[in-house]
Amino acid sequence: MQFLVKVFVTPKPSILDPQGRAIEHSLSSLGFEQVQSVRVGKFITLQLDAPSADRARDLASRMCDQLLANTVIEDYRVEVGR
Amino acid sequence: MRWGVVTFPGSLDDADAVYALRDVMGQDAVALWHKDESLQGARCIVLPGGFSYGDYLRCGAIARFSPIMKSIIAFAADGGLVLGICNGFQILCEAHLLPGALTRNRTLSFVCERVKLRIENAKTPFTRACRDGDLLRIPIKHGEGSYTAPDSEIRQLEERGQILLRYTDDAGVPTDAANPNGSLHSIAGVANHRFNVCGLMPHPEHAVEAMLGGEDGRRIFQSIIDSAP
Repeated sequence: MQFLVKVFVTPKPSILDPQGRAIEHSLSSLGFEQVQSVRVGKFITLQLDAPSADRARDLASRMCDQLLANTVIEDYRVEVGR
Repeated sequence: MRWGVVTFPGSLDDADAVYALRDVMGQDAVALWHKDESLQGARCIVLPGGFSYGDYLRCGAIARFSPIMKSIIAFAADGGLVLGICNGFQILCEAHLLPGALTRNRTLSFVCERVKLRIENAKTPFTRACRDGDLLRIPIKHGEGSYTAPDSEIRQLEERGQILLRYTDDAGVPTDAANPNGSLHSIAGVANHRFNVCGLMPHPEHAVEAMLGGEDGRRIFQSIIDSAP
């Protein structure tokens, strides 16, 4: 079965995110003072073939552990859809 | 002594590293291609600076899976000496040969300047031609050189003496103002716990001739020459 897997990779909360901070400053100077904090990550889509949604999730998690995320500094979240 | 300098697609400083080793230090330096598996009998491997694989995904993330890296991981496991400079440091972190990771400079800008570095542990194969507290002047040039690791890891690095170099001011004090990229504890270079793998953000190969601004980088190469098995 074909699945569309969405992978979200974000810096761990303990890691300084200078990009997020720069965007936060910029939003605040545009008048969006409601913004409390900004974090910037990556959004990766994978179209893949797998026998089940669980298997697709498992495959994507392994890809994250090996390549898509650096788990020293990043967290990841996987969403499986069709 | 024979050195192997690896070229990945996107490496920039490979030729400069070969020049520094061969022409300045009088060493036998061979160029290694990322698709090779043979290390050609080299006793120290250098992973040079640059933008391997265009820095796609994360700096060093793709280079880590090159065929030559398999050989280098095995070589390091056997105690072989490996020096990663800048992008090479990033590759070694991605390959888990070194702890921690290098992230975007806190200023978000690329830094290109000569910095002062203090030798923190002169008892390693990469620093033994120096003394503890010596100050070196070596250039840096990177956009992603902010060294980070979990607190527990940093504490361990400090305790075991794995931090080899720190960014300091002219007086040798690691102040926040003298930290060019936001690295935790002003870390500019680390070693693994066996002290046979080292990563540096500064470029010793660009500090080997007085005419080009300084010779302090030679002391890193000399240290390795002095400690080769």
